[in-house]
Amino acid sequence: MTQATPARRAQLAKTARARRTSMRDALHAEWTKARTLPGTGWLLLAAVTLTVIVSSAVAATVSCPSGHCAEDPAKISLTGIYLGQAVIAIVAVLAASSEYSTGMIRVTLAAMPRRATVLAAKAAILTGSVLAAGALAVLGSVLAGRLILPGRGIGPAHGYPALSLADGPVLRAAAGSVLYLALIALLSLGVATAVRDGATAIGIVLGLLYLFPVLGQVVGSATWHRHLEELAPMTAGLAIQATTGLHSLPISPWAGIGVLAGWAAAALLAGGILLRLRDA
Amino acid sequence: MTAMTTRRDAVIRAGRDGFGQLLHSEWTKFRTVRGWVIGMLLAGLLIIAVNFIPGGQCGGMQSNGQISPGGPGCAITIGPTGQAVTDSFYFVHQPMTANGIITVRATSMTGSYSSGGAPGQKATSALQPWSKAGIIIKMSARPGSAYAAMMVTGSHGVRMQWDYTRDAAGLAGAVSATAPRWLRLTRSGDIITGYDSADGAYWTKVGTATLPGLPAIIQAGVFAASPASSHLISRSATGSSSSGRSTQATAAFDHASLQGTPPGSRWSGTSLGGGHNAADQAQGGEYRQSGGALIVTGSGDIAPDLPGGDGGTAGSVADALVGTFAGLIAVLVVGTMFITAEFRRGLIRVTLTASPQRIRVLAAKAIVTGGVTFAVGLPAAYIALLTGERKQHAGGISTYPVPALTEVRMIVGTAALLGVAAVLALGIGAVLRRGAPAVAAVIAVIVLPYFFAGPLAVLPAGAAEWLLRVTPAAGFAIQQGYPRYPQLDAGYTPANGYFPLAPWAGFAVLALWAALALALAGYVLHRRDA
Repeated sequence: MTQATPARRAQLAKTARARRTSMRDALHAEWTKARTLPGTGWLLLAAVTLTVIVSSAVAATVSCPSGHCAEDPAKISLTGIYLGQAVIAIVAVLAASSEYSTGMIRVTLAAMPRRATVLAAKAAILTGSVLAAGALAVLGSVLAGRLILPGRGIGPAHGYPALSLADGPVLRAAAGSVLYLALIALLSLGVATAVRDGATAIGIVLGLLYLFPVLGQVVGSATWHRHLEELAPMTAGLAIQATTGLHSLPISPWAGIGVLAGWAAAALLAGGILLRLRDA
Repeated sequence: MTAMTTRRDAVIRAGRDGFGQLLHSEWTKFRTVRGWVIGMLLAGLLIIAVNFIPGGQCGGMQSNGQISPGGPGCAITIGPTGQAVTDSFYFVHQPMTANGIITVRATSMTGSYSSGGAPGQKATSALQPWSKAGIIIKMSARPGSAYAAMMVTGSHGVRMQWDYTRDAAGLAGAVSATAPRWLRLTRSGDIITGYDSADGAYWTKVGTATLPGLPAIIQAGVFAASPASSHLISRSATGSSSSGRSTQATAAFDHASLQGTPPGSRWSGTSLGGGHNAADQAQGGEYRQSGGALIVTGSGDIAPDLPGGDGGTAGSVADALVGTFAGLIAVLVVGTMFITAEFRRGLIRVTLTASPQRIRVLAAKAIVTGGVTFAVGLPAAYIALLTGERKQHAGGISTYPVPALTEVRMIVGTAALLGVAAVLALGIGAVLRRGAPAVAAVIAVIVLPYFFAGPLAVLPAGAAEWLLRVTPAAGFAIQQGYPRYPQLDAGYTPANGYFPLAPWAGFAVLALWAALALALAGYVLHRRDA
């Protein structure tokens, strides 16, 4: 039972305050880094623009003259996500890898030795900005689909409901796509933290996303084909975009986004553990 | 004068030595970075490893529920030129000894589509565009044997076709009672000549077929066939599914005359069933004679048998090379980093101080990265082709044969595709200077167009084909195993291994992009401070 001296008490209080504020400081620091890096804003803008352009282009080329096609209007107008996610992945990878390429990571970790806090703050800032950009991209795409699709034979004149966010499944597809982009960002952040090199990280992430469907084409066994679709981050995650023919999906929409969340969590966990264990 | 020559020689010699040294130093950089060596080995392994994912099986169900691989249902029929063929039709024939002539007048052709089993579809009466009926001279009634035929078709006029792949056009327009079509085939030794006529008086030669090794006694007669129509029923992010509806054609002939048959010969009807595609199998068939007319009904096709649009009971050679996509991504990462890492570490300043001619540095890097990638890709593609075919055979799946030269082109082409892609990655890396955006950009221009045109399947066929004509993804055309035939409607999609450009044309598009990227990289490297 030792008596705490006033000086010791003051120091303890200071430490506690420091611990309380460290997450807020980390968030502030990460936000400043993200905000002031010249690339981030442009890349997010590019993600939004590319998503809307590709969505509009696909909506404008789809044709359904008879009005009886198996097309899913929400899915078509959100096709741009397939390309937009690649740009989001670059943003997320750069958030981690650019610190390594400049040596900034050593300053960051010297200032904030709690590495889990740093990663959590990075993830939070990244999620916030990707959610914002994703919402813009998805709203723009849905709006474009709403305007373009009726002219291509998919609209109220042909028995399709107008594309509206007030419609439950369409809202799920739209909100789910925003969530999808955020999860892709977290997956990319985790991978980049684990491998520390931007080029390698983006190669791994884009390989994970695009390779499974390409390989799936030649997997002759139906069982393996379904397993691939259930487990691949992109095919499972984008099941959330379906508003029609849900019974023919390899995996249900929310379970699919759950699979992607699993991938993101695993990547972040691996990144976090390696960040803790390794020298920077 | 002498002094000047010596000096120039020295400069030239120094230059030559310089480039050799440059190549050597770039090679040293490449082989001493552990990550890049691992990356290239990984690329080679990935190309092969995909063939170890369990594949489909074809075979008969045993009593214990197991599938025994292989069997007649999985076999393919091989034609006279060594390629897989469909040879199923209804054949009304007589033997023909030595040389002879067969002539008929076709007066009508009608057809029907089966219900196909899809909901909401009824049997309809319509003619499949490539329904065929006419006269044929065939080595024997064995499926896959050599033949030559003159025929009327659903909507492609009169044709002469022989040996499954050859096709020549005759009179245009549909056949009817008011516009009959006279067809004639003459045999003289190995040479069979086809003629057509609108009135039976004035004949036009349509084509000449040489069928080497034709025996003295052959079968000649009248036939009818009608290929299945494939009908797209659904498309999704992972592909499209189609259902085939079998069709049937009935044609009426009169004024039939046969010279060169033994006396007392009579017509006999045979339903041939060659080819593995269930939808194309002859669904019965019949013939009857009324008055002077001969009415023949048949289904099936006499045509090349190609991958795509079938039940997956036979496989494409190109399927074995799908791992190229996985290996390609590893190659692109290494190719990009070969230059971006120099910018990141500042090594580029040392490199450029040591050899100030920047274009030559870039050229040396391109040769090293392209060469190493080619050297890794070549054995990997060869092993992938071997393991892929072995996997198909283990599953009882027949592989559509391709000529040996095509196989060589696919292997060398895959390695060249990887090498040129690595050079493209180097060029983009030198322009963008940063690893992550450069790798993303190069993957976006090579892999994504293929992804959008093939597996994603949201684009209409026209737009998808343009993507595969103008983007670097056109280079995958080099892996095509099978040609397209205008006289055969098959699933000519990238997913089935067909590209809009010919193999080397597609590769040239990729090479052009790589050259452009390298030129831009040279310009940028020359103009900017490092």
